[in-house]
Amino acid sequence: MKTLMTGNEAIARGAYEYGVRVAAAYPGTPSTEILENLAKYPEIYSQWSPNEKVAMEVGVGAAIGGARTLVTMKMVGVNVAADPLFTVAYTGVRSGLILVSADDPGMHSSQNEQDNRYYAAFAKIPMLEPSDSQEAKEMIGLALDISEGFDTPVMVRTTTRIAHSQSLVELNDPGERPLKAYAKDAKKYVMIPAYGRARRLVVEERMHKLAEYAETVSVNRLEMNDPKIGIITSGISYQYIKEGLPTASVLKLGLTNPLPAKLIQEFASKVEKLYVIEELEPYLEKEIRALGLEVTGKALFPPYGELSAKMVREKILGEKNAQILPFEAPVRPPVMCPGCPHRGLFYTLKQLKLTVAGDIGCYTLGTMAPLEAMDTCICMGASISGALGLEKAHPEMAEKLVSVIGDSTFLHSGVTGLMDVVYNGGNSTVIILDNSITAMTGHQENPATGKTLMGTPAPQVDFVALAKALGIKRVTEVDPFDLDHVKEVVKTEVAAKEPSVIITRRPCALIVKTSEPPVEVHDCTACKMCMKLGCPALSFDEANKTAVVDPSLCNGCGLCVNVCKFNALSKGGAN
Amino acid sequence: MANLNILLVGVGGQGTILASKILTHAALAQGYTVKMSEIHGMAQRGGSVVTQVRLGEEVYSPVIDEGEADIIIAFEQLEAYRSAHFLREGGVLIANTQKISPLPVLIGAATYPDTILANLKDKVKRFVEIDGLKLAAAAGNAKSTNVVLMGVLARFMDFPQEVWQDALKARIPEKLLALNQKAFAFGYDYPGVAALLETVAGKE
Repeated sequence: MKTLMTGNEAIARGAYEYGVRVAAAYPGTPSTEILENLAKYPEIYSQWSPNEKVAMEVGVGAAIGGARTLVTMKMVGVNVAADPLFTVAYTGVRSGLILVSADDPGMHSSQNEQDNRYYAAFAKIPMLEPSDSQEAKEMIGLALDISEGFDTPVMVRTTTRIAHSQSLVELNDPGERPLKAYAKDAKKYVMIPAYGRARRLVVEERMHKLAEYAETVSVNRLEMNDPKIGIITSGISYQYIKEGLPTASVLKLGLTNPLPAKLIQEFASKVEKLYVIEELEPYLEKEIRALGLEVTGKALFPPYGELSAKMVREKILGEKNAQILPFEAPVRPPVMCPGCPHRGLFYTLKQLKLTVAGDIGCYTLGTMAPLEAMDTCICMGASISGALGLEKAHPEMAEKLVSVIGDSTFLHSGVTGLMDVVYNGGNSTVIILDNSITAMTGHQENPATGKTLMGTPAPQVDFVALAKALGIKRVTEVDPFDLDHVKEVVKTEVAAKEPSVIITRRPCALIVKTSEPPVEVHDCTACKMCMKLGCPALSFDEANKTAVVDPSLCNGCGLCVNVCKFNALSKGGAN
Repeated sequence: MANLNILLVGVGGQGTILASKILTHAALAQGYTVKMSEIHGMAQRGGSVVTQVRLGEEVYSPVIDEGEADIIIAFEQLEAYRSAHFLREGGVLIANTQKISPLPVLIGAATYPDTILANLKDKVKRFVEIDGLKLAAAAGNAKSTNVVLMGVLARFMDFPQEVWQDALKARIPEKLLALNQKAFAFGYDYPGVAALLETVAGKE
């Protein structure tokens, strides 16, 4: 039976069919749906971890324990997980261990565009790159075979167009779900220098064997056609080439670390002009050049953004299609939802003209007009530690400085930053925006929500007790809809001569539906104060000089009622 | 048949995803290979939503390039404007006349263009504008605008009527089916479509 599946669904299906027993991840676009789909198979234990390093270590432990294991994350997550990754490459595994790295060319929802193929080369582990959902499923099976056959973790690298595009997948019945017995083997799994040096040699030997294997593995294949144009490629670029240059000869690489040197040389000898077409960095290109071959790649294609069939046709054949010139259209950026608990806080931070060290989550939308209340956003957890650094550079800024971080991001990597603030005598104010969910990636549970990925109840992290245990004496909880109180507390805490934590508590407006009627407008004075909230349910009618509430969008949160000084806005049904 | 490229564009919450599921269900039932690509991460945050559906005997790229869409179904005027350059020469643009102002317009930082429909009509020969919201409301629920638009789309494709009806049955809950069938029929029988098909037939 064939069914349409995204690459992420297909990877989950592959884990189910090929005997994975344990899976761990931290959510991150475009990888999140892998574990969400995996959780539908009760035969597989799956979990959200607090961050990618923890997920990777859970995976390492499970694989050393003898269970086939899948760990997934977005590409920047691999930075967090790199520490265990580089050493499990030395120890190897008892049962198959796969790391899925979902890269994001074009930066649809990421803070950078790093090409994680270099991680596989750097960590000296084999890497597979699927080109559609069917391959994504099958490569989970192949990755487990390679992992167990060569005693190594394996990276499966996808990109947004693989992860989120749907194509047909043939479903098979699941095979065995093997579990090997555990046995102590300290020389293999305890990486003290003496044992590590021995394993270091094993890594080299393994890479040599894998290089031989790469020459014959079926996912590296020649598709000989017209020999005038020969193209070496991998991943989604293969589809763009087949679409844009149907008569070209292609060397399609599925195993891209290590590369098959002989196969590449053979292909190069058979074609007149050799190209390499790959998204992002010249990863394949540099390796091909190192073989002494003449090849054209980044001279034609940019090292940033996504490629396309059209671009391939234009660059290689010089063909352009006719198209309508683009019209100028105002942008439609994503915005905080009506009723979002973050809106009032950012409105207050802007009013108080504070410097705001930001972090990663829905609240990063507070960067945009009209709120514009964020100064920095670098990576998960960087708000608190970044604010400490800013304060150490400019001690006088401490009283005008806050960091903002969501509940899930705080647990991911904010806790250590807060520890640093206390330990090194920081004075800034940390605001934890607790909306009871990991919202931006589509509402995943986390250690503070009271539920696991598989739906079982779990203890909830107590943020107040945690902050106090780290040594913060000033901890205040506020309702972010109570604007006067929020303003008062923020003013007091930034002025305090010691570090403090404010926890804003209100669940995400998308998980708790209110039954409040929409806000009503009476006798508006046209001051436009409410427009500073940036609520998509509010607009201003210039012709009639009045604020307008869109009742189909307004969820009746009443934030604008608090902002209006002339009582022109009122809770629906109040009059 | 050559591959068919269909682009669905709209705003989060307008039901583009259900519409694309109805379309892909019908295409698969017709025996086509289908690929679909969605950038939906921000759909719930009011951003633009783009769904690309490609169908044919053999489909490689999941992405429709600029100047290569055979049909664009725009659920909202501004999104029609934003995506019009994806249309190929001779392609069909179906524009729902609904307007949803983006935040920059709401806060007065940008203006919603008032000549969208006129400009599109000027540039696109095969152009259908339709007040899908009104027709959906007449069918019983304004939320069925997406299904009205699928009814319009059906007129430009050669799938048999029962394939569309099966797709509706497969993708829409039982209790909402009758009103959605009505919404689909309102789109299918929309006079603007018949008129366009006649003029085009007359020219060709």
